[in-house]
Order: sequence, then C-alpha cells, then structure tokens
Amino acid sequence: MKPLTFRLRAPPGQRLDLSPLTPTRLNGMALREIAALPLHTSREPANAGDVFAISGADAERIVFEGGSQRFDRVGEAMAGGAILVEGDVGAKAGRAMTGGKLRVLGGAGIWAASGMLGGEIEISGDAGERLGGALAGEMEGMAGGLVVVRGDVGERAGDHMRRGVIVVEGRAGACAGCRMAAGTLAILGEAGPHVGYLMRRGTILLGASGAALGPTFVDCGVHELGILALLANHLRAASPRAAALLRRRLRRYAGDMAALGKGEAFAID
Amino acid sequence: MPMTRINGVEIADSFAEAFGMRAAALVITADSKRWARQAATTMTGYATSVIGCGCEAGVDRELAPSETPDGRPGVRVLIFAMSVADLQAQLRNRVGQCVLTSPGSACFGDLMGDERLKLGESLRYFGDGWQIAKKLGERRYWRIPVMDGEFLCESTVALTRDAVGGGNLILMGATRQKTLRAAEAAVAAIAKVADAIMPFPGGIVRSGSKIGAKYKGMSASTNDAYCPTLRGAAASALGPEIASVLEIVIDGLSYDAVARAMRAGLAAIVALGPDKGALHVTAGNYGGKLGPHHFRLLELAPAPRGKGQAR
Repeated sequence: MKPLTFRLRAPPGQRLDLSPLTPTRLNGMALREIAALPLHTSREPANAGDVFAISGADAERIVFEGGSQRFDRVGEAMAGGAILVEGDVGAKAGRAMTGGKLRVLGGAGIWAASGMLGGEIEISGDAGERLGGALAGEMEGMAGGLVVVRGDVGERAGDHMRRGVIVVEGRAGACAGCRMAAGTLAILGEAGPHVGYLMRRGTILLGASGAALGPTFVDCGVHELGILALLANHLRAASPRAAALLRRRLRRYAGDMAALGKGEAFAID
Repeated sequence: MPMTRINGVEIADSFAEAFGMRAAALVITADSKRWARQAATTMTGYATSVIGCGCEAGVDRELAPSETPDGRPGVRVLIFAMSVADLQAQLRNRVGQCVLTSPGSACFGDLMGDERLKLGESLRYFGDGWQIAKKLGERRYWRIPVMDGEFLCESTVALTRDAVGGGNLILMGATRQKTLRAAEAAVAAIAKVADAIMPFPGGIVRSGSKIGAKYKGMSASTNDAYCPTLRGAAASALGPEIASVLEIVIDGLSYDAVARAMRAGLAAIVALGPDKGALHVTAGNYGGKLGPHHFRLLELAPAPRGKGQAR
C-alpha cells in the first residue's frame, strides 16, 4: 500500500492546524472523507482537500509533500504510525505525542515536542524556542520519548522537562535545560548561557567543556558510569554523534545548586 | 524395573518428576569477566534447594560484552522459588547483599513479560536520597551512588511462572571415581544448555533424600534405598555391582529447557560408557502423583546404535 500523501497545492496564506491529520485519526477513512475534514485556520475556513491533493491509502504512513512554517501541530497527540514532512513545520510539532515517529526534513517552530509522552521525533533542520518545553501554565514539559534535532535549537530547550531524551546535534540558545525536573538533554554543539538554569534533577550532556556551565554547577570529577554506556547504546541508531560523545572521557557536574541540586551535567574533560 | 542398554549403560524405564516454579533471569556485569563471575557466584551461593535456602539459583552462562546491556563482560544467572513472594524476597536480598556489594557490578533483568519483581525499585533506598532514576525506551534503571562509582540496576525484572524445578538424573557406578566422572561429564554437557541450571555443588548432589523420616518434624531424610553402605541392611534399590550413587538436579525456565538439559546429560553419560563411567541411570520420582511434569528417561536418551541405525 502506498503511504497516505498530502501534496501541498500552494504555499498556505494562513496558519493551518494539521493536528487532525495523524495515523490514528485517519485510519479507516476514505480519501473523500479525509479531504472533507475541516482544518482550523487563522483567517479563511479550509478543508484538508482545499490545501492538499490527497492520494495513497496507508494511513499508518503519512507523507506531507512540501512543508511550511505555517503547518502547526503536525503529529499532535499521535499514538503510532509514521509522519514524514518533506519541508518545514510550524509550532507545536509532535506536541503530546505518545507513540510513532514524526520526521521533519526541514525545520520546526516553537514548542516542538512539548508535552510529548512517547514515540520519536527527528528534525533535520533547526527547531525554535522551548523544544520539549512546557506551555505557559503547564507544570511539565516533555515527559517521554526521543527527540533528535540535527540543526540548532532556540532558547529554553527542555524547559521543565520531566522524562525522555532530547538530542540537539547543533547549537542551543540560552537557558537550555532550565527548570528540568528529570530526563536527558544532550547538546553536541555550543550551548548558550545559563545551561541547566534552576534544574532540579535530570541529565545534561555537553559536547563542550564544563566552562560552559555556571558557578552553581559543582565539579564531581571524572567517572566511568554504566548509565553513560546504556545511554550510548540507546542513542546509537538515532544519533551516532551523541553515542560517540558518551563514550569519551566526561566530567560530571552536579547542579543547579541554586535549586534542588540533584541534577547533573556531563562535559568533555 | 525394565531397562534399556545403550552403549553398555543401563537406562531405567523411569521418569523424573518435576514441579512448577517461579523464576527470574538476571544479567550481572562488571569491569572484567572475573568480577562478573565473582558477583554471580556469590549471589547464587547457598542456593542449592528451596528446602533450606529459600531459592535455587545458579549460573546459566557467561556473556560476551556484545551480549550485555552496558557492553561489559557479564554472567546470566537464574533464580527459582516456589512462590512469587519467595522469589521477590530472595532476589532483593541476594542482589542487595551480593551484587550491589561487588566491585563495579551492574544488574539487569533478562526475561520479557508484564509480571514484574522489584529490583532497583527496592534497592534504590540504599542511595539515601542520592539515587537517580533513568528511563531509556521501555526500561527504567536506578543509579545508586556507591564507594566505587554507581551501582546501576534495572528497576524491575520480569518473572516466569512456567519454570520447572526438579528434573533429575540418578547415576550409579561401580566406584566413586567412575560415578563422579560420569556425573562430571553430564554436568559439563548440561552447562551448555541455555535456560537451565544445576543448583547443587558443581551441579551434583550426593545426598539424595526421601520424603519423611523416623524423627518427628523432619520432612526429608537420607534416601536409604540408594545408600550403598546400607545394601542388605535396608530395603535397597542397588544391585551388588553398585558402590556409588550421584544425582544431578536440574531447574529450567521451561519444560523444554529441562528436557534439553536431561537429554544432554544422558547423551554424555552414555557416550562415556560403563567402563569409565556409570553402569546404570535412573531418575527420581514420587510415583507420578506429586509433580505435574514427567520426564521419561527412555524418551530423552540417545537412540541405541544397532542394526539399521549404524552410521
């Protein structure tokens, strides 16, 4: 069966809420029914069929041919299957996902993976602010699953993160891992100021030296830890670069001592 | 008792009677093979029989670094008990006292399943608040700070209710040396079988028991019918040519694992032959009424090499 394909007819003139177009929600629907699905928009009403030429049959594999920074909430609450976006996405990509795989060949906007509980997100380009972060008013950010961003990310990646793993292969903006409650955030490139700001628990992995950390992170020395080997195995396929970093000699820092101080950062010794 | 002679070794037309048990499998790793082995040996010490030890445990096999979760040398250990509660208590105490304490060790579950026993989930309190949980994929681990770094331990491990305990082979020989040689050959063959262990010392037990005793309160006592020194004095099961009897007890994660182990043991005993090894092989049972699993020796023994079977 061919994947269910949404070919973008023209660059959208308004923001589009694409959260109805997930494998779970489209499974068993005819193309005609899918085309008639109303999409939330910011100006003019539109159905899926107005925006996309829809073809294929396998709703477990959804392909968006063409992307846009106006594609919001792609893969939101997705529970299984796979979505491939051959282009950019807008805000809240993969928000509250519980399973399946979302792959974005372009970049993503703000709040990608926020409230994520499971599954996997891969973003080939850059991601915006608050990757895996909590929305205003929410107590927790990402709480499960795996996110890999091949490019750079904006400020506050992993804000209030609770569980799961985020790998940023490029650079991260200010306050990466701020207020983390737990979980793992790896930043292979340069990290902006205030890494791990007020983190309580959790793990930050830096592809840089500990000089990137603030004075409220205290040096615990260099240690060979089994958990780093497990993490390397866990990331071997999704991010060979992160796995390679985890096999290097790493120094452990505990922090943020301005908060609970039971978090940790590993940096190149 | 009717019997069949294979390569000169008499195989009795008898069966081993075995019981259902609860079991878990662990992978214990360390910085070197030596220390993985040490932790596993210590953890499975004093675990020969549920009667006096609370569980039966042993090493299944050694694992190469490529086979373990953390890429270090490891040992696979199996632990058996009569109830889930017993298994839980033994697992916690043994890993807590013998693996947590062993230099550089880490401990992981090695069965799949939804019914779980607490491992790191209860040992984590040793961390006194400094313990760290980490969930990677579906598996959750605890990191407990210890004096040589961290003890890494899976939070829960799966158990099986399909385990079988009490598969056995009873070997009889003309001398103690020959009987022991046959038992050693069988143990070496069974050790290669996956998912099965032999909990007694070196895999061998020389003090087989019968149910009950003349003394009040004793549930088991020496199996006088198989004691060569009592031949003539007690109702003996031994012929005049037998001077020594040894037993191999086998616990497995499944009926098939025990059957494979008994088959391997029988093949080794038969291959050794009666001149160097055992004259006679039988198996222990209680008449077939107590244990639900029966392993018939003649179904597991190697085929006699006779006419039509010559190679």
